[in-house]
Amino acid sequence: MWQSVFSLVMVTLTIKISIPYILAAIGGTFSERGGVINIGLEGMILNGAFCAVLATWYTGNAWAGVVAAVIGGVLTALIHAVVSIRYKADQIISGVAINLFAIGITKFILKMVFHSSSNSERVVGLPFWKIPVINKVPVIDTIFSTPLILLTLIIIVASHIIIFKTSFGLRLRSCGEHPQAADTLGVKVNLMRYAGVLISGGLAGLGGAWLSLDQHQFTDGMSGGRGFIALAAMIFGKWTPLGATGAALLFGFAEALQIQLQSAGVKIPTQFIQMIPYLLTIIVLTSAIGRAVPPAADGKPYEK
Amino acid sequence: MDKREKLLEILSPVLAVVAAFLVGGIFILIIGQNPLFIYGKLFSGTLGNPYGIAQVLFKATPLIFTGLAVAFAFRAGLFNIGAQGQLYMGAFLTAYLGFTLVNLPGFILIPLCILGGMIGGALWAAIPGILKAKRGAHEVITTIMMNFIALALTNYLVARHFHAPETVHTQAIAFSARIPRLSTIFPGLSGSPLNYSIFLALLACFIIYYILWKTSLGYELRAVGLNPFAAEYGGINIARSTILAMAISGALAGLVGVNYVMGYKYYFEQGFSGGVGFMGIAVALLGRNNPIGVILAALLFGLLSFGGLVINAYVPKELVDILQAIVIIFVIASSRPFREYLMRLKKRTLARGEQG
Repeated sequence: MWQSVFSLVMVTLTIKISIPYILAAIGGTFSERGGVINIGLEGMILNGAFCAVLATWYTGNAWAGVVAAVIGGVLTALIHAVVSIRYKADQIISGVAINLFAIGITKFILKMVFHSSSNSERVVGLPFWKIPVINKVPVIDTIFSTPLILLTLIIIVASHIIIFKTSFGLRLRSCGEHPQAADTLGVKVNLMRYAGVLISGGLAGLGGAWLSLDQHQFTDGMSGGRGFIALAAMIFGKWTPLGATGAALLFGFAEALQIQLQSAGVKIPTQFIQMIPYLLTIIVLTSAIGRAVPPAADGKPYEK
Repeated sequence: MDKREKLLEILSPVLAVVAAFLVGGIFILIIGQNPLFIYGKLFSGTLGNPYGIAQVLFKATPLIFTGLAVAFAFRAGLFNIGAQGQLYMGAFLTAYLGFTLVNLPGFILIPLCILGGMIGGALWAAIPGILKAKRGAHEVITTIMMNFIALALTNYLVARHFHAPETVHTQAIAFSARIPRLSTIFPGLSGSPLNYSIFLALLACFIIYYILWKTSLGYELRAVGLNPFAAEYGGINIARSTILAMAISGALAGLVGVNYVMGYKYYFEQGFSGGVGFMGIAVALLGRNNPIGVILAALLFGLLSFGGLVINAYVPKELVDILQAIVIIFVIASSRPFREYLMRLKKRTLARGEQG
């Protein structure tokens, strides 16, 4: 049993499960670092997943699907951005509305285009790259032969650099911590916040593309709460891209473990493993040591 | 609050609903249908006959409970996103008591099951309350997390321990625990599971109104909601009021199971409530966190919810989900501009007063 748990299969399974969590959690990090709470990640993933399949189905090219997923995610995020930045509305309610909207619109169009209330037709997926030498090495092979995993790897590193090593990142973070001070220094607070929210939508949309293209179809409600696990990963990772990635991998590992244990015939109730991300998040929010503290101005509309 | 503010308080949700219907009309046009025809069907199918009205009331009942739960917490300055989890815990406990204490007579078992639902929801909601009061953990995040834990926990309980053979739901509750349907008195409503829970929902609205505006507890909670620092300075125990407000809010959410488990299906199953926990946020928002507003908003969302099924023959019923989301977005997006407009009006009146 332990062999199957600590096998290479387990590593690749963990990575594959974690991809949408990583992307959406980093997205959430961008949004909240800029000062906008994003409960709508779930809806952005769902819309991204749907746009990916829709565009792939029309064009026959999965890359068009990837681009469409990012655009779909960004457009969904745009609603959240306009409502919460331009109109200074409650960001939590806006996020909830985005999630309801995504469930409704995807199923609505699913019925109109595919005449089904449960799933789309099958579409082509992304190609696997065969890279010589590397394709002999397990795990590494999976990472480099699967375009979206490789892209996610690049995004993780790039996000860390952008948020912590560039002036854009410094400005973004200043808008989330102390927008008045940022404004005094000439930072366009609302513009930065738009950027943060839209990036979060794009990344969550990409996470959606991974989900639907991996399964070669869209199924109703396929985001399945992943946006909320991503939210948990973002908090558990203390609003940093690397932390969020680590948390997402941990949550992904728990899920992979559940699948492996089940196939190995071990009788641990799966429901308890499902609770792990949420329990850990509550613990990290409340524990005395290593407590997660959000950006100071997170969730507060900026008033000049 | 002056007259104009009151008018605005009522007018802005109404305008948001009208605007949402206009946007929905565009969706209907895009798919090649006539919006007037569809909306005509929507209203005639829901309000045009006794069965339709009964269904609207049936759909509105859980929304009153969750809307009231969110509104009550909001008055105390708390954002309860966890109604969904609380209603799961409450409904499970309701069902558990209902299929376990089968030998009790109805006049004991029915109140006991209702109480069980309240306690299940209250305990589940008290946890984020305690975490907020003692550790400062934001209730929005903890209640979201608690939703998923409740989902997994009830799923475990049903799947592993309490499911009826060959099914995915619990055993049926005792006959003595069942709440009669209104169709037993009004035969015109036959086919609708509308039951006496609707009166419990209305009673809950009255009690919450009474607690909030006629008791010192309500005064304390509202004071904390308006300004926690001032309230604390005034001698109010913030920790106590936070935990209490969450517990009462959860108790209200926990009553959803009464409508479903005791009045409709007579068992607990996963996914029984759809998204009424989250819709409660919309209901509270549209109802301006006011018990009467909550009833009206729940009726509107109940109408849309059943209306979706009525128009499903012509357009996908998800049109109403989109409508509901647009209503929420319009309400929150318009509240700020509305208020600013009101401020300008006030200033102008003041300026005129000075000139005259």
